[in-house]
Amino acid sequence: QGKTEIDEEFLEELEHILVGADVGVETTLSIVDAITERAKRESYRSAEELNRMLMEEIQQMLLDSGEHYPIDFDAPLSAKPYVILVVGVNGAGKTTSVAKLAYNYEKAGKKVIIAAADTFRAAAYEQLKIWADRAGVPLIGQGQGADPASVVYDAVSSAVSRNSDVVLVDTAGRLHNKSHLMEELAKIMRVAKKKIPEAPHEVLLVLDGTTGQNAVSQAREFTRFVNVTGLVLTKLDGTSKGGIVLSISRELNLPVKYIGVGEKIDDLQLFDRARFVEALLGRQE
Amino acid sequence: MFDNLSDKLEATFKKLAGQATINEINIGIAMRDIKRALLNADVNYKVAKKLVDDIREKSLGEQVLKSVSPAQMIVKIVNDELTDLMGGEHQPLNLSPKKLPAIIMVAGLQGSGKTTFCAKLAKRLKKNGKNPMLVAADVYRPAAVDQLRTLGEQVDVPVFSIDEQDAMKAAVKGLEAARLAAKDVVIIDTAGRLQIDEKMMAEAEALKHALKPDELLFVVDSMMGQEAVNTAKAFNDRLDFDGVVLTKLDGDARGGAALSIRQVVEKPIKFISVGEKVDDLDLFYPDRMAQRILGM
Ligand SMILES: Nc1nc2c(ncn2[C@@H]2O[C@H](COP(=O)(O)OP(=O)(O)OP(=O)(O)O)[C@@H](O)[C@H]2O)c(=O)[nH]1
Ligand SMILES: Nc1nc2c(ncn2[C@@H]2O[C@H](COP(=O)(O)OP(=O)(O)OP(=O)(O)O)[C@@H](O)[C@H]2O)c(=O)[nH]1
Ligand SMILES: [K+]
Ligand SMILES: [Mg+2]
Ligand SMILES: [Mg+2]
Repeated sequence: QGKTEIDEEFLEELEHILVGADVGVETTLSIVDAITERAKRESYRSAEELNRMLMEEIQQMLLDSGEHYPIDFDAPLSAKPYVILVVGVNGAGKTTSVAKLAYNYEKAGKKVIIAAADTFRAAAYEQLKIWADRAGVPLIGQGQGADPASVVYDAVSSAVSRNSDVVLVDTAGRLHNKSHLMEELAKIMRVAKKKIPEAPHEVLLVLDGTTGQNAVSQAREFTRFVNVTGLVLTKLDGTSKGGIVLSISRELNLPVKYIGVGEKIDDLQLFDRARFVEALLGRQE
Repeated sequence: MFDNLSDKLEATFKKLAGQATINEINIGIAMRDIKRALLNADVNYKVAKKLVDDIREKSLGEQVLKSVSPAQMIVKIVNDELTDLMGGEHQPLNLSPKKLPAIIMVAGLQGSGKTTFCAKLAKRLKKNGKNPMLVAADVYRPAAVDQLRTLGEQVDVPVFSIDEQDAMKAAVKGLEAARLAAKDVVIIDTAGRLQIDEKMMAEAEALKHALKPDELLFVVDSMMGQEAVNTAKAFNDRLDFDGVVLTKLDGDARGGAALSIRQVVEKPIKFISVGEKVDDLDLFYPDRMAQRILGM
């Protein structure tokens, strides 16, 4: 005979773990409800069984990142060149993630080109240049103050003539509540389309894994201006759990595709739902 | 949806209006609203719990129970409590007039806004009649030195750097250079680091011991979530910093992390960073921050 009730203490601890992992109150309560319901429906025999059910419930809230766009670097790409736009707020880890992606695609045998479309921040180009050299891929840029859309047009054109497989576009950090900066992104999208109508094929929103509830607002606004197809969750080598992506998944149907786990070029991993949820619940180190 | 605590509380009390008096039970419901508002603003859940317990205590006083608008009374209590926790008055930089140059060291997590802040502070000090120098002691991040140099040019403040991957050497030599050039303030930018990165934390600690800064400032992103507390605590345990700089407040984050940090490490927030440009620096005002966290 299994149990159909979950004791208060367990639920309270669960609430603390989830809220403490930046999952947010609403989403935490919905998880608590879901597991309470499920226990009632199916009953459980042991603590392990309850935990397994819990993990499944949370995993279900996260979209499968493999669904629409290839996530694995070896996978064939649907277009050539395949244009990936990388966006996000200031300091989230965009440039470093671009470098890591370039390195991984290159390692998987693809021909990569990077576009330095952050023409605003001090030494953005110099930073990206060092990374591009480390990844061993060419960088297209026009220097500080240039029009980022025009850099993207150049890079895409150059990718077509060089027969590149992937174009990675690094953009300037921008806060999602600044409409003129968000319009600039929309313009970059439009200009990329002039050369390749389906471009960008992917738009990755980079989220700092230490971010709290504001990440939902970031995801909401970025999806309003550009067609975000997935998330990169960075800085997970720290102590933050990045639980806010559960709320984002729930509200905006955005899959997490990659996670950043350090400052080195090989510190990027494919997102693994099961492992993420285990770490979220503190079941694993 | 309500995102304003005061609206939310009004609604809660309206719903309860049929029930003759405001009592412990319906105060409890209001407290739940307050706790949620704090959590939605990224106040750490332990800090929020303690805060709500204090607010409950105060709200059970006669005044609120008999008040015609208990929601307003409670909002005022919450607001006062938060402002109080934020540290009351604004706290200025404390640069020793005797020691020349005065030394400011800046530390924090990756991407929090340290380098940008260093340039902003240099500009501000210069405007106040100081003669500052910037020192690039981030020897790891690609183009960190170039970034500081570019910003230094923008604010017209010299930047010292070396060509070796040795933060200590960069800082110590920078200090020497500043003395030689008769600078009265040195601002030392350091690399971003995680509080669990032992090697990097040891580096920061060693820098502090060697430099003996007048002001060691911890820079933190206002968008940060629940771990802000542990991060700040770990940095404070190692570095015993003097103040906090809260960045990216030009965004729409509530910034509850500020409250948690203030509460846990008991160090004043000295500056806020409100944009990417070198002029986007402000002093910190506790009452404004309290209102922002509450969405007022
Ligand atoms: N620990 C850790 N640090 C990271 C990670 N990803 C990026 N960083 C660091 O975060 C800081 C900011 O990274 P960038 O890649 O420059 O971020 P960005 O989004 O391009 O920043 P802006 O262009 O200024 O908006 C740097 O110090 C990086 O080394 C990660 O996964 N883990
Ligand atoms: N919107 C906004 N952006 C800011 C603010 N302060 C800094 N930034 C931006 O945030 C990003 C990171 O700033 P940095 O000064 O490079 O941060 P850092 O802490 O030195 O980063 P690392 O050295 O890599 O650890 C850059 O894009 C800055 O322009 C701010 O107050 N508001
Ligand atoms: K950040
Ligand atoms: Mg960048
Ligand atoms: Mg820096």
